[in-house]
This record gives sequence, structure tokens and C-alpha cells, in this order.
Amino acid sequence: MKTLLVYLKKYRKEAILGPLFKLLEASFELLIPLVVADIIDVGIAGADESIIIRDALLMAALGLIGMLFSITAQFFSAKAAVGLAADLRHELFDHIQSLSYSKAQTVGTSTLLTRITSDINQVQTGLNLALRLLLRSPFIVFGAMIMAFTVDVKAALIFVVTIPILAAVIFGIMKITTPLYKKVQGKLDGLLGMTRQNLTGVRVIRAFNNEEKELADFESGNESLTSMQMHVGRISALMNPLTYVIVNLAAAALIYYGALRVDTGVLTQGQVVALVNYMSQILVELIKFANLIVTISKAMASADRIQDILLIETGMELFSDNEKTGNDCLAFDHVSLIYPNAGAESLTDIHFSIGHGQTLGIIGGTGSGKSSVVNLIPRFFDATSGTVRVDGKDVRSYEPDVLRRKIGLVPQKAVLFKGTIRSNLQMADPAADEGAMWEALRIAQAEDFVREKKGWLDAEVAQEGRNFSGGQRQRLTIARALTRRPEILILDDSASALDYMTDAKLRRAIREADPDMTVVIVSQRTASVRFADLILVLDDGHAVGLGSHDELMESCPVYREIYDSQFSRENDGREVPGDEKK
Amino acid sequence: MKKNKAVPGTFRKVLKRIRSHWLLLAVSILCAAANVFLTLYIPVLNGRAIDSIIGKGQVDLAAVVDTLTLVCVCAGLAAAAQWVMNICNNRMTFEIVRGLRNDAMRKIEILPLSYLDSHRHGDIVSRVIADVDQFADGLLMGFTQLFSGVLTILGTLGVMFSVNWQIALLVVFITPLSLFVASFIARHTFDMFKLQSKTRGEQTAFMEEMIGSSEIVRAFSYEKESLKQFDEINERVKKYSLRATFYSSLTNPGTRFVNNLVYAAVALTGALSALRGRLSVGQLTAFLSYANQYTKPFNEISGVITEFQNALACAGRIFELIEAEPQVPEPENAVVLGEVNGSVDVDHVRFSYVPEQKLIENFSISVKPGQRVAIVGPTGCGKTTIINLLMRFYDVDAGAIRVMDHDIREVTRKSLRANYGMVLQETWLKNGTIRENLCMGKPDAGEDEMIAAAKAAHAHGFIRRLPQGYDTLISESGGGLSQGQKQLLCIARVMLCLPPMLILDEATSSIDTRTEILIQNAFARMMEGRTSFIVAHRLSTIRTADIILVMRDGHIVEQGRHAALLAKKGFYSDIYNAQFSE
Repeated sequence: MKTLLVYLKKYRKEAILGPLFKLLEASFELLIPLVVADIIDVGIAGADESIIIRDALLMAALGLIGMLFSITAQFFSAKAAVGLAADLRHELFDHIQSLSYSKAQTVGTSTLLTRITSDINQVQTGLNLALRLLLRSPFIVFGAMIMAFTVDVKAALIFVVTIPILAAVIFGIMKITTPLYKKVQGKLDGLLGMTRQNLTGVRVIRAFNNEEKELADFESGNESLTSMQMHVGRISALMNPLTYVIVNLAAAALIYYGALRVDTGVLTQGQVVALVNYMSQILVELIKFANLIVTISKAMASADRIQDILLIETGMELFSDNEKTGNDCLAFDHVSLIYPNAGAESLTDIHFSIGHGQTLGIIGGTGSGKSSVVNLIPRFFDATSGTVRVDGKDVRSYEPDVLRRKIGLVPQKAVLFKGTIRSNLQMADPAADEGAMWEALRIAQAEDFVREKKGWLDAEVAQEGRNFSGGQRQRLTIARALTRRPEILILDDSASALDYMTDAKLRRAIREADPDMTVVIVSQRTASVRFADLILVLDDGHAVGLGSHDELMESCPVYREIYDSQFSRENDGREVPGDEKK
Repeated sequence: MKKNKAVPGTFRKVLKRIRSHWLLLAVSILCAAANVFLTLYIPVLNGRAIDSIIGKGQVDLAAVVDTLTLVCVCAGLAAAAQWVMNICNNRMTFEIVRGLRNDAMRKIEILPLSYLDSHRHGDIVSRVIADVDQFADGLLMGFTQLFSGVLTILGTLGVMFSVNWQIALLVVFITPLSLFVASFIARHTFDMFKLQSKTRGEQTAFMEEMIGSSEIVRAFSYEKESLKQFDEINERVKKYSLRATFYSSLTNPGTRFVNNLVYAAVALTGALSALRGRLSVGQLTAFLSYANQYTKPFNEISGVITEFQNALACAGRIFELIEAEPQVPEPENAVVLGEVNGSVDVDHVRFSYVPEQKLIENFSISVKPGQRVAIVGPTGCGKTTIINLLMRFYDVDAGAIRVMDHDIREVTRKSLRANYGMVLQETWLKNGTIRENLCMGKPDAGEDEMIAAAKAAHAHGFIRRLPQGYDTLISESGGGLSQGQKQLLCIARVMLCLPPMLILDEATSSIDTRTEILIQNAFARMMEGRTSFIVAHRLSTIRTADIILVMRDGHIVEQGRHAALLAKKGFYSDIYNAQFSE
């Protein structure tokens, strides 16, 4: 909350003027009962028509000025609230982007999105209301009380007693019901989950004949939701009747006491009416105020959540030690990795190195740690122990930009962004010219289908690249990585949607394109890695094999098992699936 | 127009559901009437009390006390009536709503798959959750405010006319002005709100893309560029949001101003009438307090009407779901299959999802107990159609499918499905613990049995490593589990109950080759002596199948054994050669 208030500074003027105009409006409202008293005591009692007309016009005028002031106040509050929300969104988006990948993953995409959308909207609404009403309502409540004091000190004591009782009833009921409403919402969310689950899993549920059980679960969830709703309903149903009784008792007390005072000539009839009017103003404002508190406390909770994100440190501390150790292009020096919040190691003591222009193959089963190795190279995560070196230097000693510019990453999930093919390729290198882009497309085996698209490089790409097939998307992401002419090209299982033939062509083209480019190929296919200079075989986070294809066939049973499952077709009498004939 | 026609029908259905709570409704209406009568009576009493305190020495204290005592009693009774009314309304609403939800869920469990497959799940979920909730709000508001609102307006007018018809007429004429102002502003802000939510949607989509694929944004150091684009959208959001917020906040000052005018006008005419002796001061105060109250139910009722229209629209959507045609009911003398031997006869089956598009025609096979049927064909050729028919997720249009010579339409769905074990490619797990998921098909399975099944599916290892082992909660999407692990759980789920017939969807894409070998072994063990239908991708499965069904574009184009089909040199030999050799 505190850190967020800093952002309000920019809107200091609006934040002061808004409430100020609102208070001015409120003071006019407080004058009305006095004018009515004047009509009764002076106008009617004195039988003076002109005073009555004057007072009525005065009331209309007060109403008009009040409206103008109020509109002014609304404008300033809206400006401050909307402006603050926009600034916050900017700040938060910038901050999220500056977080290390590991930190961002820990928080989670959906959480980040909720913070930057609904939480910020909540803050905007809360601030807007707060600027308008937070001061106004107490002002009217206490103003009415003070006005009552000016009318008659002793009668005003009734206010002093009534206000705390009313406040206690209203806030007490809200204090009890707010957490209960939260529970109701929780139960409703639970029902939502169950409903969705019954739809997505309908085949499995029916296959296992679980319909009745699911229905019973739903009904019991529904039952507990209903009884919770009724419980809350019973409590909040007390609010209006209770406050109504209190205010009417207080009004009756005022009239009774007023009668005594009028009898002795201290008060006039009109003044008694004014006191009763003040009393009814208080009730309306207190209820408004209570609702306001709910909105504001929601906004504060949102603000706290936003602040929590803003307070996450980027987690990209630079290592000052940038001594160069060796000349390998890429080296893992006894690297282990435990993901944040994970119990066990995902990588254990990985140790290898490759030189410039060489090809590293990484192979292993699902969850064996292939992608973890890849994540360490552009420093998406930091190794828990050991060192990852690029060009002989610890990756933690590079400015992230500098490190990542060396790398062309083709992630497992082929994601493109809304825009054009050109805009997607230029993500990698804003300065890339047409020639460079076509060259990259050619190597990535994407030239043909791009030429078939209307507009070629300017062909439209839908969000996430949905208007391309899986194979086309993969080739475009490869082209994107190649566009920046990286020192290290990382293909994280990024040819899975390609047939063997295109896969082989692709690898050959990459090899021929730039002899100095180091290539890291992650795959589940032995065909994709078998001609690599060095193959790392992973199993459950451990390196169970390291060497060339022939060496591994000799020494590594895991590798042989994988190879056999894909290549040898005993009794089939067919050739091994075609590959580069070296 | 169509919608408007549907409204009376929906309204009747809503009334029908309310009718079963007629006693509560009657009590609620009685209480509302009592409450309105009493609340309208109190200002009159207060006025009478004030008329008894004209000035110094002119106070009839006994009369004041008598009147005020009556005020207190009335206030107490009014509050009690209101409370009882609230409780009745709560009860009615929430019970009606619970019934609706249960009915909806009960319907979902028996809706044909064709309905669920052709309706977006999000839409059905929002009917069961959001629409019902909205309906509840509308109904509750309707119950609480509609009767009392209407009664208040009528009562107020009645009293006003009876006391002084000129003033009453004046009030009647001015009040609609405030409604007019409110609706005028609402119409004009609506467009702004639309623009605001459209731009917000654009911004959310952009953020989803950038935050959701943050590894790419980071890998290509695209943060600055994306912040620039973000700011451009953010500026627009700010602009529209300011307009929408400001314009909509004009409603309150606007209507309040009109109310003030009414108040001033009543004060003026009232005071002038008082001068001429046609009105007492007490009556004037009663009038003023009516003028204050009178506009409130108008605003409330216009709110209730919009809300109620909305609620009816929601109710319409809910009834649409509840009244949807359920699946064909089972015949009364439906056979309950015991454990079958696994013979399946498909006899001249014709089937299509839409009548205009022919799909499966004249399809017959005879599967003997223990035989293996492999279904092959390119992606999207309709292999799941066969699963849909075997499991009776869909009914055949002509012909019949028989299990042990029973037409499956003449046996209970439950006993048919209990004889099949199904592993689909899209892994679905329910929200719950691993244990709950594994035991779906056999809720009474013992610990040892479950672990044995998990071991047989090679899932025991990774389950053990999870934080809470078999009691680890997994969410619908699988939470932290990899696709391969989810697949293993689905296999283990079937392993545990192991019915005599199997439907397997070989998923090569998500499980790596090594794991797949293990699964393959498990599959082989599972299939021993069981009739199995396999959507097959693996050569070994296909080659050893007793019957191969070759599908293309939803049709079955060839069937037979491997060697015979190859010799035929038809579509099978084409895809075989394309897929397994180069």
C-alpha cells in the first residue's frame, strides 16, 4: 500500500481538489435543514411569503451549486484514479518483464495477469470512490452532529449517543458478513470447478460410470453453498431493520426532548424539524460509508498484492567475477539445478564442454532434464551449484542482453506473436534486412510456404501463430532464431512436428549455413542427434552417457535402448530410416 | 424479437418454481405491505407530534408522548416485518437457485455427447454458475424491492393526495425528470464503457501474449519494444477509461439535483399552503420527508426492472440447458451385462455426426474374444468416431453393435462401459488426489492393489517422488505433472480395474520413446487375453493386430491384416510407406 501511494504524488492536485469540492458540496447539503427551519420559523410563523419564496429559491440554488461542485469533484477523482491505474499498469508491466524467468515462472503467468488487470482495476475503482466519498460521508455525519450542536447543545447529545450505536450496528454486521461472503464466493468457485470438470472429463467420467458420484459431489457442494448463503443472508438481513429502529427511536427522542425545550422557549418548532432532518441524513451517509469501506478494503488488498509483485527483486544479480576460463564455446562445470520450490534436483552434476562450431546433441526421456540444461544457457534459471560458461565466461557475469544476443533459442513450444512474419523475425534482430530474413527462412525450410502466403514477409500472423500449422510454426521459430545469426543455436526439441525428411534437410542446411555456429539439438529422436560431435544422454537429471554416437552405442545401454526402439526393425527387413549419408 | 417471445415463457417457468414456495411468498408479501404501511405512517405521526409543539407554552406534552409511543411501536413492527420479509426472500431465492443448479447438473450427466461436443464448455459452465448467480441476484432484488417499491410509491401518492392534492400533483410531475436524467446519462456512457472494455480486452490479449511467452521475449531481449507497444495501448485505455468513469459518475449529482428541486418545490408550495392554513407545519414536514423518500423507490424500481430483465434472460439460458433433450433412455428391460468374453460384432453400421455429411457406411467387423483391432489413418481421419460408437457415446444411425450378441442399445450403459477400459490421448484427470484419480474405476481398491497398478503402469516411481505421494492433489490441468506422467496415470487408472475389453489411444507424441517402451510392455501385458481396440501409431502394434481398420476422412476405407493390406497396394500401403520408410 505504502509504495503505491508514491504514484499518487503525480496527481496531488487532483487528489486534493477532488475531495475538497466534494466537501464544499456536502456543506451545502448540510445547510438545507436550516433553510427549512427558517421557512417554518420565520416564513410560516411570521406569515412572510417573500421569505418562503426566497428560501425555496435558495434551496434550488444550493442544489445547483452543489451539483456543479460535485461534478468538478467527480472529474478530478476520475482523473487521478484513472491516471494512477495507467501508471501502475506501465510500472507493473515493465517490472514483470525485468523479472528473471525463474522468478516470473514461480509467480505464474495467470497470477501476473490477474495483478495487472483486475487488481489494478480494483485499485482504480477504490481510489476513485475514496477520493469522492471517504471524506464526504464522515463529514456529513459529523457535520450533521455539529449543526445539531449549533441548534441546541443538549438535544445534540442524542446524536452523540446515536451515531456510535448506528456505526457499531452497521460495521459490526459488515465485519461479520464480509468473511462469510468470501466463503460463499469460494464455494461458488468450487462448484464452477466441478461443473467444468464434468464437461471436460465427460468421456472418462462416463467410461468409469462415475456420473452418480460426480452428481452427489456437486449436490453436496451446492447444499453447503446454499446453507452458507442463507446463513449470511440472515445476518445481513438485520442491517436495515435495526438501523431503522435506531434512527426512529432517536428521532422520537429528539421530538420529545424538543417538545420540552420548545415549551420552555429555548427551541422553535422549525428547529425541532431541522434536528429530525439531520438525523435522517446521518443514516443514509453511514450506510454509504460502510459500503465504501468494503470497496476500499478490497482495493487495499489488491494494492497489497500488486505491491508484492513490485517488490520481487528481479533476481538477475550480475557476478562481478568475469574471468575467462578456457576457450570452449559452451561449458557446464559440475552443474546441478533445483528449481525454486522443488524438493529434488532436476539436474545433478552435469559436466561437459564443446568448442565453437561444434554440435551438441542432448537426448533423454520425458522429465529427464533436457529442457533444464537448455534453460541454464540463456540464464532463465541460475544453477544451484556449479558454473555454466559461454565463451569461457560465467553466464552470470554477462549483462543479460549481451548473453542472450549470442544465443538463438528455438523453444519447445513454437510460439509466434501477433503481427506479420516480418515483425516476428525482426524480434530477433530489428535491423535484419530482407536478404537476411529470406536466408533464415531458407535454412529453416520455411521459404516455400512463406512464398505461398499472400504478402510474403508481410503475411499476417495471428495471436500465438494460430493461422499456421504446427510444423510451419516450428520452422518459423527456427527462422526467427537464425535471423539474429547467433553464436549458439539452441533447438529445444523443435523439430518434433517435422517429418524425418524435412528434419534431416533442416539439420544439413543449418550445418552448411555457418560453420562457426555452435548448435545444441535437444531431441527424443536418435536420428536428430546421431551425427552430433558430442551427445549428452540424460536420465532423471543425471548424465548417463557422454560421447559420440558410436561410443555411446558401445558404452551406454540407455542410448542403445532408445536407438533400438527407433531404428532396428528386426524381421522387417527394411532399411534404417533414411538419414544423411555421410 | 425471438428473445422477447421467449420471455413470457421463461417468466411462467420462473413463476412455477416460485409457486412451490407459495407460503414463503405469501408471508413475504404480507410483511412487505405491513412494512410499507408502517413506514409511511411514521412521518404522519411525527408530523402530528410536531404540530403539538407549536411554540413556547403551546406544547401538548401528553399528546406528544402518546404519538411518539405509537411511533416507537410502529418502528419496531416495521423493522420486524422487514426482517421476516428478508428472511423469507432469502430462503425462497436460495432454494429455487439450488434446485436450478442441481437440475442443471443432473441434466449434464445425462446429456448426449453430441450436445456437449457441439456446445462450448465455457458457455455451459457460465450458465450453471454465472447465470444462476445473476438470476439469484435479480430474483432477490425483485422480491425485496419490487413489492415494497410499488407499494411505497402508491402509498406515498395516496397519502399526499389525501392531504394536499396540489403538492402531490407537483411531485408527480417533477419526479420523472430524475429518471429521465439517469437514463439519458446511462445511454451516453454505455458507448464509452463498450469502448473501454474493448480496449481493455486488447490490452489483456497483448499482455497474455507477452507474459505468457516471456521466455521468448527474454531470449530475444524484446522487453523495451513490447513496453513501447504496451504504452500505446495503455494510453488509449486511460483515455476511454477516464471518459467512461467521469460520464457515468454524473448520474448521482444529476439525480440528486432533481431531487433537490422536488424538495425545494414541495417546501415552497407546502409553506405557501401552510400560510393559507391549508396545511399544518407537521404535515409539511411529513411532506418533505415523503419528497425525500418518494424518488428513492423510483430509482430502485428502474434498477429492479433492468436487473429483472437481465435475470429473466439468464433464467432463459438456464432453462434452455435444463430442458435440453437428454440421451436416449435405456429400455425398461435393459440387460445388465456381467463380465463379457469380449466378442464384439459390428453389423452394417451407418453413422454420421451431421445427416448431410455421410461418414461411416455399411461398416461390419466381427471381433472374437481376445483379438486386437488396430485403427490407423492420418491425423484427423476420425479414429475417435469408432471409440464414440463402441462406448456408446454416440448411437449408430443404422445397423447395430453387439457385445456377446447383445445389441448395446439394449444393455445398460453402465454395464457396457464397465466392461471397457479406456485410455484416451487427451489425458483428463479430475481435481483431487492421485489416489482418487487412480481409484475412479474401482473405488474400493486396496492400497496394495493400487500401488501394483501404478507400478505396472510405471507411474509408481514418479508418484512416490511427489510431495505427498499418492495423496498429492492434482488440478484438472494436471498441475505440475508432465504430459507423459499424466498419460501414465491414465494408464494406471485402467490397470487397476482392468475390464475384459480395452480401448487404447496410443499417444506417441507426448511420451518419449524410452517411457513408451515401458508403456508398451504394460499395454502388452494388459491386452493379454482381452479384446482390444487400439488407435495405433506404432508399427509393431499395427503389424501384430488381428484386424486393421484403415480410416480416411472419417470413412473406413480398408480392413484386413497387415500383409494382405500391404499386398493390396491401396491407401494402407501408401501411408505405411510414407510413415515408416523414406
